[in-house]
Amino acid sequence: MLSLALTLLGLLLVTFIIGRVMPIDPVLKVVGDRASQAQYEAAYQAMGLDKPLVVQFFGYIGDVLTGNFGRSISTGQLVIDDIRHVFPATLELATLGTLIGVSIGVPLGVIAAARRGGIIDQVARVVALVGYSMPIFWLGLMGLLVFYGILGWVGGPGRQGIIFDGMVPSVTGLILVDSLIAGDWAAFRDAFSHIILPASLLGYFSLAYISRMTRSFMLEQLGAEYITTARVKGLSEGAVIWRHAFRNISIPLVTVIALSFGSLLEGSVLTEIIFSWPGLGQYITKSLLAGDMSAVLGGTIVVGVCFIALNLLSDLLYRVLDPRSK
Amino acid sequence: MKMHLSSRALLLASALALAPAAYAETPADTLVVANDISDIISLDPAQTFEFSGNDVNRNTYDRLVDFDPLDMEAGFKPALAESWKVAEDGMSITFTMREGVTFHSGNPVRAEDAAWSLHRAVKLDKTPAFILTQFGFTADNVEEKITHDGNTLTISLDQPYAQSFVLNCLTAMIASVVDKETVMAHAEGDDLGNTWLNTNEAGSGAFQLAAWRPNEAVQLTAYEDYYQGASDMKRVIVRNVAESSAQRLLLEQGDIDAARNLTPTDVESLSTTEGVRIQDEPRGRILYMGLNQKDELLSNPAVIEAMKHLVNYEGITDSFLKGMFMTHQAFLPAGYLGALEDQPWTYDVEKARQILSDAGIEGGTITTKVRDLREYVDVAQTLQASMAEAGLTLNIEQMTGAQVLDAYRAREVPIFLGEWGPDYSDPNTNAATFAYNPDNSDEAMATGLLAWRNAYAVPDSMNEATVAATLEQDSDKRAQMYQDIQRQYQAEAPIIPLFQRIENTGLRQNVQNWNAGGSVTSVMYHQVTKGE
Repeated sequence: MLSLALTLLGLLLVTFIIGRVMPIDPVLKVVGDRASQAQYEAAYQAMGLDKPLVVQFFGYIGDVLTGNFGRSISTGQLVIDDIRHVFPATLELATLGTLIGVSIGVPLGVIAAARRGGIIDQVARVVALVGYSMPIFWLGLMGLLVFYGILGWVGGPGRQGIIFDGMVPSVTGLILVDSLIAGDWAAFRDAFSHIILPASLLGYFSLAYISRMTRSFMLEQLGAEYITTARVKGLSEGAVIWRHAFRNISIPLVTVIALSFGSLLEGSVLTEIIFSWPGLGQYITKSLLAGDMSAVLGGTIVVGVCFIALNLLSDLLYRVLDPRSK
Repeated sequence: MKMHLSSRALLLASALALAPAAYAETPADTLVVANDISDIISLDPAQTFEFSGNDVNRNTYDRLVDFDPLDMEAGFKPALAESWKVAEDGMSITFTMREGVTFHSGNPVRAEDAAWSLHRAVKLDKTPAFILTQFGFTADNVEEKITHDGNTLTISLDQPYAQSFVLNCLTAMIASVVDKETVMAHAEGDDLGNTWLNTNEAGSGAFQLAAWRPNEAVQLTAYEDYYQGASDMKRVIVRNVAESSAQRLLLEQGDIDAARNLTPTDVESLSTTEGVRIQDEPRGRILYMGLNQKDELLSNPAVIEAMKHLVNYEGITDSFLKGMFMTHQAFLPAGYLGALEDQPWTYDVEKARQILSDAGIEGGTITTKVRDLREYVDVAQTLQASMAEAGLTLNIEQMTGAQVLDAYRAREVPIFLGEWGPDYSDPNTNAATFAYNPDNSDEAMATGLLAWRNAYAVPDSMNEATVAATLEQDSDKRAQMYQDIQRQYQAEAPIIPLFQRIENTGLRQNVQNWNAGGSVTSVMYHQVTKGE
């Protein structure tokens, strides 16, 4: 636990230093281009920038330990409120994206490995290649144009249609969940029609990665001697693949999925911009460009905690999946 | 069993996704606007200085005097003040308040609120405070200078300023009248309610602030007891949509009524779309070229003259800036008192070359910093090409806006290409920065003055003329004075106004009376109606 706390502290320190050495003047962001020198000085001091960096940093850590994450200079709101707002948006999108990525990527990778060189393997290769190389910006806009603009199957940019905006009481901040809690099917349907396209897009990118990794893990196992033994014993091909080989790759696979989920939780800036999705990625990026350190560090803590939590979760899963580690 | 459930869930999910949702147009009493509103930092009128923040305050607060969205030409008109009277000596103005107007809280709008709002803005001394303090107010004297008595409010000035100058400044957002009782109930320490007002609202405007979610949306609801009558639009929703193509799709689908950040490409394709129209409106921002007088080459009068002929005005406004900018070669934007329409310069490389060779200049190299915004970089590159034809080499370093601004304020940008937006609706706003620089030394640190940033030592006669124009009571004479200053400026200044910004708003066909505020103010929703 101590090592986790140290990791988090290190992460904050590095972020803080990078933020402070960047050639961006946060005071100008606050007071604007037209401020007088006196107004500039006043803001500079109010922001505590006249203190030594070390004092600034540990002052910040002290505040965080007492639950005070500070106020964002680019939104004027408390960082904790901002994050309470942007993180659920990202969590909802990343979770659905990962679900789509896993539910298609894993079977695709397994089959591609089992039928190596076959038609599915070729398809999987092309799918992954396109996923790796296609700019998400372009793919997102094309998706919007086709499925929203031309076909009208899905909702447009934003998390909700205008009519539903603010109609569902916010409990978790996840609109899909909130609308279910409220029993408002129309709102759920609307939110789903808005999230499905960006989630599919993110799902596609994680699918590309997960399917390639699954395939190579499987190939390694399928070439092992115990597989030959199992086949010699006369086990069916399905049993060989799923019961023997797949169970053995489940641990590295959990790691891959956790990593891919973690990277989606940082927020995908471009996807968020195209789909006007008010998520963590846009929030951190925008804050960083404004030199808004309280907001950046707040966002960093959230991302850090997510990774740590995912790590713990994977560890727990290893125990369940691998009898030896009990 | 597990398997069974999840496949059912998947089926349900895909059915939901594939069912064509009903995308009707927006409700008849709701105006939905897509705009990039990520610049909002504060909604306190004493602090707000960003475009989108002013767009909100314009509609939630009223001022003593204001513009009529349906008659912008007329300039300021009575608003919360019913009438006003200038003292014989021109040193004070007394306003009579309109009776029976109430704040959103239900409290009456009193002269006391109006006076207190101005005191508050001066005492808080946030960035826009200079719009008021230029009349001689300080935190210490403002309570004596701005007083109220019954339903009248008196403003005492330190000079007999032109009435139009003072009243134009009172149309600025910082002069908004806020509800004293409500705000003070939320004050923390000596912040005069600043923290609370940053995210809340206490005005008497046509709309109430229903919600502001940073980087996501602003929601306004009509104030039913508005003194000019409640607005037709009962709800206004401004959604943060940063991407032009996303705005375009939303508009085409009828999910929004207005799209405010369209690129020329999207404007062009929307202009042929059924059910959509494009409204052009000149805004106040001037794209100009500043030649830094610390640079030996650029301070040569021949080079300054030659540069004016090396900008391909027509070529640029007909191609990559088409519809976004129009040629405008004076520092006051069209729409301002005293604006000058003269266009003395044309693109003429041959002439530029002649001017340079007559002055004995044979080549030269300049390295400048340009903000990485497509418009500016494109202008810089065409300039680079025409300068090359005239024998001058221009090297361009692209940087972020913040980096260029830092260098510019340190007087370190040799050729600055960028925009200046007026701060308030009076000609002095631009004259005082383009054509006024009393102390050109580095120590003066007049970082707010464009003339200082370009190290342009404005001649004394021009400094004096700029000040004199703020004191001229006769508006026609005053306009003439500004035109004279601009002509002299065109003849000799190293800061060269090039283009004026045009805002292209994409509107659904049924939206009427849209007004983004012209060149002098911010967007207004009260008069907007939606037809069939």
